[in-house]
Amino acid sequence: MSLRAGALIGGLTVALVATVVVAAGRGQLAIPPAEVVGSFLHGIGLPFGPLPEHPQGDVTLWQVRFPRVVLAVLVGAALSAAGALMQGVFGNPLAEPGVVGVSSGAAFAAAIAIVYQLTFFGAWTIPVLAFLGGLVTTVSVYLLSRADGRTEVVTLVLTGIAVNALAGAGLALMLFLGDTQAREEIVFWQLGSLNGTRWIYVAVVAPFVGLGVLGALIVARSLDLLALGDRAARHVGVNVERLRMFSIVLVAMLTAAAVSFAGIIAFVGLVVPHLVRMVVGPGHRVLVPASALGGALLLSLADLFARTAVPYAELPIGMLTSLVGGPFFFWLLRRSRRSAGGWA
Amino acid sequence: MLSLSEVSVGLAGHPILHRVSTSVSPGEVVALVGPNGAGKTTLLSVMAGDLAPSAGTVTLDGTPLSAWKQLPLARRRAVLPQEHRLAFGFRAAEVVRMGRAPWARTASEAADDEVVASAMARTDIEPLASRTFPTLSGGEKGRTSFARVLAQTTPLVLLDEPTAALDLRHQDQVLAEARRLASGGSAVVAVLHDLSVAAAYADRIVVLAAGEIVADGPPREVLDADLIGTVYEHPVDVIEHDGRLLVVPSRIHP
Repeated sequence: MSLRAGALIGGLTVALVATVVVAAGRGQLAIPPAEVVGSFLHGIGLPFGPLPEHPQGDVTLWQVRFPRVVLAVLVGAALSAAGALMQGVFGNPLAEPGVVGVSSGAAFAAAIAIVYQLTFFGAWTIPVLAFLGGLVTTVSVYLLSRADGRTEVVTLVLTGIAVNALAGAGLALMLFLGDTQAREEIVFWQLGSLNGTRWIYVAVVAPFVGLGVLGALIVARSLDLLALGDRAARHVGVNVERLRMFSIVLVAMLTAAAVSFAGIIAFVGLVVPHLVRMVVGPGHRVLVPASALGGALLLSLADLFARTAVPYAELPIGMLTSLVGGPFFFWLLRRSRRSAGGWA
Repeated sequence: MLSLSEVSVGLAGHPILHRVSTSVSPGEVVALVGPNGAGKTTLLSVMAGDLAPSAGTVTLDGTPLSAWKQLPLARRRAVLPQEHRLAFGFRAAEVVRMGRAPWARTASEAADDEVVASAMARTDIEPLASRTFPTLSGGEKGRTSFARVLAQTTPLVLLDEPTAALDLRHQDQVLAEARRLASGGSAVVAVLHDLSVAAAYADRIVVLAAGEIVADGPPREVLDADLIGTVYEHPVDVIEHDGRLLVVPSRIHP
């Protein structure tokens, strides 16, 4: 690993830890960073540092703030790693998890659960359905875009657009069919939010994110070779079809895990890997872990802003990321059109 | 080493290759020539294992090409594609190193740095090492890709128009390198357009026309003015100069 890559990963880690500590202390009940660290250490059985002075401090941290901050870290890492992975698979820096239809497929499935008040998995029904919806959508996009035993990138992306349109229509139907309460729920889910995060959410998401990022690291070297194009990648020994299938399952897993509890948070997977590439180049062995860290940092900051910018109100975090990500996407589009390496 | 027998290929119902039989042995440079659309690139794809023939058999070291797994195959044959595209801005040195991928986790991995450095020296791309690939010129990309193929160090090397977009000096350099590979025991197949260049560097020339092999032999045998004139539908003169064969089109002045 180059010095630059090491510095980036080290810097991101430090920034992430600092952000998490500060973010956990911010809110209606302010807790200084030292007390946050103290509460955390006491909580994991290390009696060091000061405990929060406020009588509700410890409870607030452990029941409200910590799960939310940890979920922000996990969701950010998942979305960003999924973006890096997908861009590698498609050989196009403009690919985003939303493109293959994971987000809209998941949103549609979740909307069904909300409108028909399905409860066969209890409180987990919505996230489970969202996950299944995302996975089913991704796999069907993949199968539909396969021809003659291989997948043309352009076909894959276009099929993704078509499936996105279908899922969007389904979502609109659910909005139409739902009562006022269901509509409100769907809309908020679509906007994306980490409000009301519980530890159980973290427990569900963490293994998926862990496995997903680990899987992404395993395929990192092959993804570098895929940049040569399908044929040339085969010539240097890559089993392209298997790599693509494995990566798509990883993308679906990471994105669905993120979407399940946090709703649709767009563009994190686009912005972060691109910024990382600008600093350390496109090699996936650095890009994947650095993107995961960067995504975690970005979403932690975005969530901190979302819940503290306006007193006694929560901004939807998905709206914030799109506000920044939309113009960025446009800029990237213009830039890619000019440079030869952009369109692949 | 590589042997094709009665190979036919049709693409979208259109016959591209018809009952092509030939073989490539270690230590020889074979030039694949013929007019546009004769099926040269398709034949090279069949040799590379990218394209399964609709009839006939292709064997590498006695095993049907379709039975080879990607990784062992990548250690036996390298391919220089006609187009040099790269999705992301990897540096030229990183692209060359990609050629070492099949040797990861083998004993040969230890030699990676040395092989990459030598491949870059032999293709004269050391000054480009830290440039990103998409910013290189066509010829520079071609040489970088060729260096990647050299770094793969395989006994069978397939080159699709290796001299395209190259200047005089680098054309010569690439083909001299192909000759050097052959004298090292590799088999080299190159699609070429310049018949004089083919005559100068190839041990054998295979002439394709309309998907069939019309001639296959040493340059002096194959480069017959009548034959070439018929195949290309354009009269040519074959001139001997300083012991070298030069094929030049007869200029038709209206």
